[in-house]
Amino acid sequence: MSTDPLVSRAESRVPDESSEARLLEIRTQATQQGMVVQRGVHPEGAPFPMASPETGYYGIHLLKEPQWTPEIPLYLFTGGAAGASAVIGAVADWIGGDRELARHARWLALGGALISSALLISDLGRPSRFLNMLRVFKVQSPMSMGAWTLAAFGGATAASVFAKAAEQRFDGKFPVTVIGNIAQFCSAALGLPLHNYTGVLIGATAIPVWNKNIKTLPIHFGASGVQAGVSMLELMGYNDNRALNLLGIGSALWEVWEGFHLESRDEEELKPLKQGLSGCLTRTGGLMSGPASLVLRLLAALPVSNARVQTFRRAAAMCGIAGSLLTRYGWMSAGRSSARDWRLPLAISSKSPHNEKIQPPAPEVQAAS
Amino acid sequence: MSVTENGHRTTAFLTDSTLCIGCKACEVACKEWNGVAADGFEWSGFSYDNTGAVGHSTWRHVKFVEHEPQAGFGGNAAELSSWSFSSDVCKHCEVAGCLEACPTGAIARTEFGGVYVQPDVCNGCSYCVVACPFGVVQKNKDDGRAFKCTFCYDRQKAGLEPACAKACPTESIKFGRIEELQLAAQDRVRELHRRGMTDAQLYDPRDTSVKGVHAFFIVRGDPRQYNLPPKPEVPTIYLRDGWRASAIGSGLLLAGALLAFLSSPRGRTEKRHSR
Repeated sequence: MSTDPLVSRAESRVPDESSEARLLEIRTQATQQGMVVQRGVHPEGAPFPMASPETGYYGIHLLKEPQWTPEIPLYLFTGGAAGASAVIGAVADWIGGDRELARHARWLALGGALISSALLISDLGRPSRFLNMLRVFKVQSPMSMGAWTLAAFGGATAASVFAKAAEQRFDGKFPVTVIGNIAQFCSAALGLPLHNYTGVLIGATAIPVWNKNIKTLPIHFGASGVQAGVSMLELMGYNDNRALNLLGIGSALWEVWEGFHLESRDEEELKPLKQGLSGCLTRTGGLMSGPASLVLRLLAALPVSNARVQTFRRAAAMCGIAGSLLTRYGWMSAGRSSARDWRLPLAISSKSPHNEKIQPPAPEVQAAS
Repeated sequence: MSVTENGHRTTAFLTDSTLCIGCKACEVACKEWNGVAADGFEWSGFSYDNTGAVGHSTWRHVKFVEHEPQAGFGGNAAELSSWSFSSDVCKHCEVAGCLEACPTGAIARTEFGGVYVQPDVCNGCSYCVVACPFGVVQKNKDDGRAFKCTFCYDRQKAGLEPACAKACPTESIKFGRIEELQLAAQDRVRELHRRGMTDAQLYDPRDTSVKGVHAFFIVRGDPRQYNLPPKPEVPTIYLRDGWRASAIGSGLLLAGALLAFLSSPRGRTEKRHSR
């Protein structure tokens, strides 16, 4: 006998006690609740759904959910960290005169660029066609601009890593030094857009929670990337570098402001940032890379013992990295949740008398008199 | 004045829900001609609509809009619930979010003014999915590429009308030159008003950033109950603010890094391993 309720039974069946008990069970449920909930029956709209200007089209959402795989929020993280560390490395080299820090930052940027490219390619539905991204150069497509930026950034950063390594080995011969500096300049110049363009990427879409925040998302994602880059360098051993701590404080301050900016507004588009899993993720991420990181970094800036400073800095770095990661996954999750909100594209307020879900009319059980 | 070469106007669909009988011939014809995959079999509980929306495997989709009982609506008896049906499709926007967003150039404007996803170029980045203000284009996860209505580009090239329009038994789906259909739509709305259907209206969002569509609809009552958004916007309108913010953020990082390293003691930091 077939157990799948969706497959029709071909042979006839002998009624038995259990089959009759089941039929009575269905009857009881129908009498008591006015409807029977079973596979294939959608109780939310049943028994008599209505479409109206208040309920839209049965509450079926118009917008499609983002279909990116979990690689993409991870790429938002690695790309942000790579771009920021390229900029930090170049400034550390030329302004700070800290060649060791610059060297590590370059390697971090190169690693980030390679991982980012791998993540982007593996997200594609047709990974073998990844070079199609470089078929056209489209200013109006942030995805196109991002692909070009990442490709050029990867090239420039790889060149700077190898030229600078060669320079150290061959003791500053003329052409190698110049090539290294040019490559490092290009890497930093491309790192600037790379570290925050992903805010434009998701902001310039039809997803309400994203496009509503287009004016601050790039800076928010940039600050998140700086937190991640600074924190990684600190965990690589630079946890007594004053300049890195200052950058960490600056970006954490921005994250605190961004959190305030998001929490203080009461707009329907922002609900996914305050409710459910997505709200939990963005809020936890914001707290970790904002206030938590800020307090720990300020403590580390106080005149305390070296051991204490290192403990604070290490904790701040871990907060920064975890916060940045959670922020990216949180915003992605918020985008999916926002796309499922059928009211937003139809400009139907959830504060209107018609409430949360389309409710079936209250079942009226008429007792047989 | 059928313009092509970047002026794109030319052909269009006029879908008249007051003529639709909900037979789904358009869905069947579309699937058969285009070889679109089946999309499962699941009762939705929402009237006779078990598909829900257009997507990668549904390029024409008949909506079943049930209203509170209203005498005469759709020709029903007064005590019965009112019906109206409307066949949804890609709107083929004049300024199309998917086309603007596509980083490979796979999505292109055809010589008939439609928006076409070239399957041999699409690499499945799924950026068009979030760029469409009508929620039309979708990635088929098994195939890996994005799909939507092609406006029967192949049939139009052969001088034929799209499969859905050809199969429609009531001419609820009309196909023709866009300017002629726009006039026909206005005539039809006037006619419906004259017959007492004063809630009939044309859905053609020309006053938004999508600047008009190649598939417009005659509906009765508020278009929102047909899941037609009152103000669809092409996401490129957010680019200016976005890139400005990106530039400001880049400036902040550069200035911050300069300040941080200028204000700190110059030279090599003692690399201290914390463990």
